[in-house]
Amino acid sequence: MSAAVLIARRELRAYLRTMTGWIIVAAVLLIDGLLFNAFALEGARPSTEVLTRFFYFASGPTMVAAIFLAMRLLAEERQLGTLPLLYSSPVRDRDIVLGKFLGALAFLSGLTLATFYMPLLILVHGHISVGHLLAGYLGLLLLGAASLGLGTLGSSLARTQVVAAILGAALLVSLLVSWLLAAVTEPPFSGLFAALALHNAHFPAFQSGQVHLRDVTYYLLVTWVALFATTRVLEARRWR
Amino acid sequence: MIQVEQLSKFYGARAAIRNLSFRIDSGEVVGFLGLNGAGKTTTLRILGGVLLPTTGTVRLDGQDMMSAPRTLRARIGFLPETPPLYEEMGVGEYLAFVAALRGVEPGRVRSRVVETEERTGLAALDRERIASLSHGYRQRVGVAQALVHGPEVLLLDEPANGLDPVQNVEMRGLVRSLRGDHTVLVSSHILPEIAQTCDRLLVIRDGELVAQGSEAELEERLGVRAGVELEIEGPAEIIAAALRAVPGVRAVGVEPAAGGRALLRVEASDALRPELARVAVGAGARLFRLDVSTDRLESLFLKLAGRGASA
Repeated sequence: MSAAVLIARRELRAYLRTMTGWIIVAAVLLIDGLLFNAFALEGARPSTEVLTRFFYFASGPTMVAAIFLAMRLLAEERQLGTLPLLYSSPVRDRDIVLGKFLGALAFLSGLTLATFYMPLLILVHGHISVGHLLAGYLGLLLLGAASLGLGTLGSSLARTQVVAAILGAALLVSLLVSWLLAAVTEPPFSGLFAALALHNAHFPAFQSGQVHLRDVTYYLLVTWVALFATTRVLEARRWR
Repeated sequence: MIQVEQLSKFYGARAAIRNLSFRIDSGEVVGFLGLNGAGKTTTLRILGGVLLPTTGTVRLDGQDMMSAPRTLRARIGFLPETPPLYEEMGVGEYLAFVAALRGVEPGRVRSRVVETEERTGLAALDRERIASLSHGYRQRVGVAQALVHGPEVLLLDEPANGLDPVQNVEMRGLVRSLRGDHTVLVSSHILPEIAQTCDRLLVIRDGELVAQGSEAELEERLGVRAGVELEIEGPAEIIAAALRAVPGVRAVGVEPAAGGRALLRVEASDALRPELARVAVGAGARLFRLDVSTDRLESLFLKLAGRGASA
């Protein structure tokens, strides 16, 4: 078994055995349920629109959950003094980062799929396409993975989990609001900032049931860049 | 064999260690002695592959740590100052994770865990959660994680840190039991602790290696008189006279001790302890304690590691 998979399994078990993981699950499911009930089911709408609104409202808690799940990944290791175990093992730094990310992603995926009962209600009582359902969940997972990547980078830079969450959130919000910069800058920067917007520019297609290669590529690229930067931070720590 | 050459680590302008060079042969148990902040932990972290040096090389059997870091890390077991433990895991589960991470084949992981638990006295705690363990057992799990993949080299950073006297004795026994099977470098700031465990001492002060050799060699070089203490009941002066007659004894001092006993301070080599005991008992002493003089060890330690001292 590869080192990354071993580390991922341990991370996943850590989420399942500690209160933090379950508190995040409970909070996200509660907020998703409340938002679904209050805004997605509000008024008389076509089923497809209800599903679109469900994915829109689920995207926020998914991003927040990703930041909270990621905050412990490396900051906790530094806090508890367990990082030397990984550093002194015959493991590449990129495998440490990948393993930690995959463990958190597996937990976030489970959490995201636990919201399935809401689309199921729409499916039973209305008419929606499976494609729309799959596209929406793919979007949530990609958005969650990108947020998790940014959170992991924040966690690698911090000594404590609180600071890690703040840094992760700052990185996430920077990308979320880059469309604001687009509105006050001239081309070509306005185009660049608009394309960088984490949610506005890339998630609406998924929530409407469409999968575009550019959106998938964008989320994968954000995730990869964040994890690459995290690996560099870990490598740099060996000098300090 | 570990060969360290001109090893330095700078944090900005401050040198944590400077131009360290030493060699440890296979199977040796070597003590790394120094005051807190002397550079022991930095050195061990570099040898363990956790930190990279600013300059210098570390070679294991001729292979450079920088050129083959992952291959060499698999041959090293490292216990940092704070044992790196995942508290939510069980002892056996944690050791299995570490073994797999360090490249033990899946089919051998369980047997390695069982073997290591038996060796470190953790067999009864296989399913115990690490969070529920006492400090002493946590230290043992720390040693076990360094041992579980069967490394050739073991680096133990203050393994007796914070242990009570009983746990301390057990830890010394555990480290002694590693002799022969592993090359061990064990750090401490307590000389009596590692003097009893190690074949040889490396003494570090302010980031520089100031002395190396066996305890006896260091004593001779520094002019520290070897000494043995006997706590006895009986005719102290007669017993002292008998001890003065033993070849190799340079002087015997008599001091009163608690409970009407006497403390005899004998200037002689450690090796004479059996003979001193026999003569004292033969001269009518009821022997309560016989030990290497603590004054002597303290004096040696201060000369070696104390600030402003010269070796």
